[in-house]
Amino acid sequence: MRKLLIMSTALCALALPASAQDKEITVMSFGGAYGASQMEAYHKPYMAMTGIKINSVDADNPATPLKAQVEAGNVTIDVADLEPSDLVRLCDEGALEVLPLDELPLSPDGKTWQEDFVEGGIYECGVGTIVYSTIIAYNGEKTKGVDEIEDFFDLEAFPGKRGLRKSAKLTMELALMADGVEPADLYDVLGTSEGIDRALAKLDSIKSEIVWWEAGAQPPQLLADGEVTMTTAYNGRIFNAMIEENQPFEILWDHQILDFNLYVIPKGAPHKDAAWEFIKFATDTQRLADQASFISYGPTRKSSMALVGLFKDGKTQMAPNLPTAPEHMEGSLVTSVEFWADHDIEISERFNAWLAAN
Amino acid sequence: MALPTYASPLERLWHLVYLVICGLVLLFLIAPILIVIPLSFNAEPYFTFTEKMLTFDPAGYSLRWYDTLLTHGMQAPDGPRNAAWWADAWNNSAWIRAAKNSLIIGISATIVATVLGTVAALGLASPAMPFRRLIMAVLISPMVVPIIITATGLFFFYSQVGLANSYAGVILAHATLGIPFVIITVTATLVGFDYSLTRAAASLGASPAVAFRRVTMPLILPGVIAGALFAFVTSFDEVVVVLFIAAHDQQTIPRQMWNGIREQISPAILAVATILVIVSIALLTTLELLRRRSERLRGLTPS
Amino acid sequence: MTLDNAATAAAVPTGGRPLKAAVTRAQGGARRRAFLLVLPLLAFVFFSFVVPIGQMLHRSIHNPAFADNMPMISAWFRDHPTGTVPDESAYAALVADITAAAEARTIGVVGTRVNYELSGTRSLFTSAGRRAARLEPPYAESLPALDDAWASPELWSAMRNVSTAYTADFYLAAVDLTRATDGSIVSVPADRKIYVDIFQRTLLLSALITGLCLLLGFPVAHLLATLPMRYSNLLMILVLLPFWTSLLVRTTAWIAILQGQGVINSTLVALGIISDSERLSLVYNQTGTIVAMTHILLPFMVLPLYSVMRTINPAYVRAARSLGASSWTAFRRIYLPQTLPGIGAGSLLVFILAVGYYITPALVGGASGQLISNLIAFHMQNSLNWSLAAALAAILLGVVLLLYWLYDRLVGIDNMKLG
Repeated sequence: MRKLLIMSTALCALALPASAQDKEITVMSFGGAYGASQMEAYHKPYMAMTGIKINSVDADNPATPLKAQVEAGNVTIDVADLEPSDLVRLCDEGALEVLPLDELPLSPDGKTWQEDFVEGGIYECGVGTIVYSTIIAYNGEKTKGVDEIEDFFDLEAFPGKRGLRKSAKLTMELALMADGVEPADLYDVLGTSEGIDRALAKLDSIKSEIVWWEAGAQPPQLLADGEVTMTTAYNGRIFNAMIEENQPFEILWDHQILDFNLYVIPKGAPHKDAAWEFIKFATDTQRLADQASFISYGPTRKSSMALVGLFKDGKTQMAPNLPTAPEHMEGSLVTSVEFWADHDIEISERFNAWLAAN
Repeated sequence: MALPTYASPLERLWHLVYLVICGLVLLFLIAPILIVIPLSFNAEPYFTFTEKMLTFDPAGYSLRWYDTLLTHGMQAPDGPRNAAWWADAWNNSAWIRAAKNSLIIGISATIVATVLGTVAALGLASPAMPFRRLIMAVLISPMVVPIIITATGLFFFYSQVGLANSYAGVILAHATLGIPFVIITVTATLVGFDYSLTRAAASLGASPAVAFRRVTMPLILPGVIAGALFAFVTSFDEVVVVLFIAAHDQQTIPRQMWNGIREQISPAILAVATILVIVSIALLTTLELLRRRSERLRGLTPS
Repeated sequence: MTLDNAATAAAVPTGGRPLKAAVTRAQGGARRRAFLLVLPLLAFVFFSFVVPIGQMLHRSIHNPAFADNMPMISAWFRDHPTGTVPDESAYAALVADITAAAEARTIGVVGTRVNYELSGTRSLFTSAGRRAARLEPPYAESLPALDDAWASPELWSAMRNVSTAYTADFYLAAVDLTRATDGSIVSVPADRKIYVDIFQRTLLLSALITGLCLLLGFPVAHLLATLPMRYSNLLMILVLLPFWTSLLVRTTAWIAILQGQGVINSTLVALGIISDSERLSLVYNQTGTIVAMTHILLPFMVLPLYSVMRTINPAYVRAARSLGASSWTAFRRIYLPQTLPGIGAGSLLVFILAVGYYITPALVGGASGQLISNLIAFHMQNSLNWSLAAALAAILLGVVLLLYWLYDRLVGIDNMKLG
């Protein structure tokens, strides 16, 4: 009962309209082409509509400054863009506001948020904006016939270096899927010591040929320079290279690994109400669809897919290029937030020990 | 360095080898810059030479990354390039704003670090200094602690005392990071310093301040300048402290360079590097010419 | 300075008490003057560094996440020695704590803390938090009914370890040790051992890079210091230019130079020295790290060496030669000893900076590019385990200061000028 009372008071407080002095809010995100797409799809129309100024700040990972600000009691961020694993951890630690999700606008066909958002795209502390995926990219002129994830580990049919991100997350999943583990069973397998051994053994088969990358900017560069035959990469950056820079890259969508970005409000945000108004605006059906015109990341609302139009070049249809396109979703894996929150340190230590051993 | 006339043939050969080694090391130092300058004119957003660049096809070259430096962040980047356009660029371009912030923060932090550091180095070099080893260890530790830890710690503390999200906070933090460089280089220069010179000045009636300004300072100046340079460069290429402590309108050049690295490293950073290289060559050459001129005016033989 | 000491030594036996007192007073004055010169900086560093870092490093031994939010079970652990089998009172305290923590939304903090100790337990706490309020006594049965893990000795041992706010466990973890269920300290399984190896690799790599910088920097600094100013100042521009070039730019430039299709390999292939199929792998391995880091740190060696060499009087070497020393002997016995302060300062700068660098090795170093600062950054930014990050940083700081102390004792800035 007491819990209910607190909840409803919080709801009332949040539901109040943005007060008059909230003339600006600060939004922290990842920057780059992704930041630019948010600027075009959310920030500019919102500023034009309301007259509220949005200050955009970029960080490698907004979770770190956000945690520091909340712990120090000196919060300057109103809205932050997080990855789900950080979101869940920070939400559990009470560093984020619990959002009154029922206030989110309905979809045009009248669906509530429970029905409209894809699984994993919404949490009590955060509202999803995009679905992005880690895919395998290769140069279509030099390499032909890549059609399944096993090919990434087939050094005989496709000789040459392989690019992989230097982190346990995603790499371990990729290895297990290539070893024949079904996405549905994947985290049960990876949760055991034998599962970790199995993933590392699979990686061992190509270890000498791996070029490890660290920043998402590296894989397209590696491909363009011919340093690697195939590499894992974020789909949005490869799409840009294909369309805007006319690179002969191809994407293997088989067993893509999906992940999300979500908007949150840190505890103690200086303009909490205005921040929530902005999130409600940015995550409505139309805005999420608009965002896909600037970068090939999918919307978190199912209702947005129908409204997705052309890329900003005015001729490329975006829908088939999004990770959320139905034909790409088959056999795809959604990263498990709970699993990584539980096992990140243990698996990363094993991964790093494996990496260091020659 | 001229070889003495009494040098043996073996010594002459060694001298030649030595000059070749020096030449190669200097080439090693400058090699990345020789690569960066032509790449900054690349028409493609990649960090490698394209076919067109290698065959000197004009289509392979462009000024688009220099243009980005002006237009990125502008209110109306596509308008006609008149006075209003340039004013817009000066006030709103993200890179120009970052350059202004970098200069303000870098210069202020360097002054704080160099003044405090040089004065302290004078005391530390004195044999009478108590607890010297311990104090030295404390003073160099800002260089040792990983920057992400320092930045987080500073943010917590500065939040308590109201320095977070301000220029003052960033300047003080960068000065702290620069101090070890000043201390180490200036104390090293002072080790070889001949204190009989200051005593001679004192015996000729110079006050300690005058003796310091006219005798000590000119002699230890190379060390002070090296330390100040290190301190400035530390601030000028620092990202993490700025991320934690600076407010949203106090972003610096390196912050601007690193942001968005999740998707793409913008080749605009090569354009920034090229501009900085040209500016610093111009600056250093001017300084050298001025030095030669003052030498001539003072009637000294050129050294 | 040496003159002062000699004067004091001579004055004491002959001069008697008044002179001795005068000398002591003068020395006291010198001590005060020296200390006053250092004081402003010391005060500055104290407030802008020592206090903030002290607070941060305090986290490595102090983590009250469990003790503060689970008071009853923490009290039970205090009252019952290690090895006590948990009884109904323990389970009741645990369930009451979980219920309260779930209501206060701190169950995640508690779970995260235990998870640092025993992997995979975070979700155990959060899911129990959702259902604890509905549990019925006897809790010793109803709680394990939710999940067998609640009855496991490993979990109870982990909870006991985290039930005190002050703990040495993060330091144990940072040197690949852990506590067994009986409280004894044991090594972690071989396949999770990582930190000690990475510490060693970081120190070795830094020492190697320092050596290379000295080898390359010494001749250049010597050339700059002995050339007439008008030439040396122009050559100095070449040393300074890389400085104005961002770390990120230089790192990407090295990738462009060293990679398989890069400048060096393409030139070698074009010249016919190697064939297209045998391009050298110069980057994304240890070679890339060493080349790029040596380049980045070389100016930090050259400048201190140069500023010291400038102060060396060339007459000493000429005098040695005129007294019959060969050029090698004159260099070894006369010139080199005088450059020692510069070598010391330059090596110190390069070594310490190399220990802390991680962005360059991360981008060009491949599998061998994992250095200790990468792991610290990982725990700060990804796993958000700041206590472990602080413990690793404290060990790093300790090791470097220990090396600094050893170096000062063995080589010693004081001894240097004696050559």
